[in-house]
Amino acid sequence: MNESTVQGGAGRWFALLLVFDAVAALGMIAATWAALLYAGDAINLSGVEQVAQRIFYFHIGSNIAALLGFLASLVGSLGYLISRRLMWDRWAAAGVEIGTIFGVFVLLSGAIWAKPAWNTYWTWDPRLTTATITVLIYIAYMLFRSGFENPDTRARFAGIYAIFAFLSVPLTYYSARLFRSIHPIVFDGANQEAQGGFSIGPTMGQTLAMAMIGFALLFFALLFHRVRQLELESLIHAIRGEIVE
Amino acid sequence: MMAELPKEGGQSRTRAGLAGYFRAVMAVADKDVRTELRAKEVLGTMAAFSVLAAVIFGLAFDLRVPRTELVVPGILWVIILFSGVLGLHRSFGSETDRGTLTGLLLAPVERSALYLGKTAANLLYFLIVEALLVPALLILFDVNLLKPLILLGLLLGTIGYVAVGTLFAALTARNRARETLLPVLLLPVLAPLFISGVGLTAAVLDGRATSEAWPWIGIIALYDVLVFAVAFLIVDLIWEQG
Repeated sequence: MNESTVQGGAGRWFALLLVFDAVAALGMIAATWAALLYAGDAINLSGVEQVAQRIFYFHIGSNIAALLGFLASLVGSLGYLISRRLMWDRWAAAGVEIGTIFGVFVLLSGAIWAKPAWNTYWTWDPRLTTATITVLIYIAYMLFRSGFENPDTRARFAGIYAIFAFLSVPLTYYSARLFRSIHPIVFDGANQEAQGGFSIGPTMGQTLAMAMIGFALLFFALLFHRVRQLELESLIHAIRGEIVE
Repeated sequence: MMAELPKEGGQSRTRAGLAGYFRAVMAVADKDVRTELRAKEVLGTMAAFSVLAAVIFGLAFDLRVPRTELVVPGILWVIILFSGVLGLHRSFGSETDRGTLTGLLLAPVERSALYLGKTAANLLYFLIVEALLVPALLILFDVNLLKPLILLGLLLGTIGYVAVGTLFAALTARNRARETLLPVLLLPVLAPLFISGVGLTAAVLDGRATSEAWPWIGIIALYDVLVFAVAFLIVDLIWEQG
């Protein structure tokens, strides 16, 4: 009786999820089209730099997705530690996994863009340093989780680690900022030493908005799938336990 | 009158409680240090490793860098990070191996006192190792790190490191891959300490104005305060049932 209701619930949600997948796919197609064809060229750049600038939309878009993932991990961890319901832990775990994928993409797309713009793939700029350290922290988080058998211990310890991780990230940024920064701040322009910056025209602003929405939709689609997968996993675990008994 | 009485009683109990709490912390630290003196598990390894690492860095960089002052700040903090990890995992690892952790947890003291006691013992080991490492770097690299601001940064940085490290050692003690996992968990979270420590040491060695050194010390101190605050809030969560 219990199982059939669970399956029925999962089935209903699954249909909704497929609709959401289609919306996310359309959002990403629209964002890709806008970034490659619709957005105007950056007027103050030329040559390879002007072409490379278009990676910016994917860079910022996946950055939004990575931030959402890490936010999900903090909310999920706090939610678990307060309520002690494993549901929250699944959101935290899924958020970290998907956030890490987008975080790696942020780093890679940044490195590809930086070669023509800064003439180097890598520099120890505070944003780069902080992003890299954050990705490394969440990779550690995933490794840490995999070493626990008991789901409650795993959720509790992973939650504690996530909170420490979240605390250290702003301090990493501030300590790295005491070094010189060359990362452009597109929406402020306060950084005198920034290189490869550009001003935003109207089509570029619209494209950026589409990219951010597209990537956010993609993130949530992946997140929902992963959470559902983790739920089914624990369901299988529970059923297997019953059968053995 | 009646309302004030329990308040007074509460206050005196708090005062006795603080002294008692401190005694509990010292008892745990004392127990750890005494075990270490008998078993000689941690301190010897950490000290040998850090001097060995200094020699290896010397072989790696000698004749390749024009001035050793350029690399010594990094060498100092890398050795502290790596030798620290060696010692930290034994902090709870030896308890789990001998099955004495349960006994420790049954002691009628607050869990945060256990954590602080372990932290104090680890801090002592770290400071002893650093007292060996700094002269070793002086001999091998001819760089004098015995400057007040560097030593202050070392002390504060070590306190922060030990505070996080002891807590993470408790977290990994129950994990399947604890020895290998601890550095992977610890090093990225220690990034602010490492960056500030290197920045501070470099600033002092370059002979820059002390006003450039203080922001680094500020970040390290802020890190320490935050870590202890959060550690106190969550330390009870670590040793729950399950």
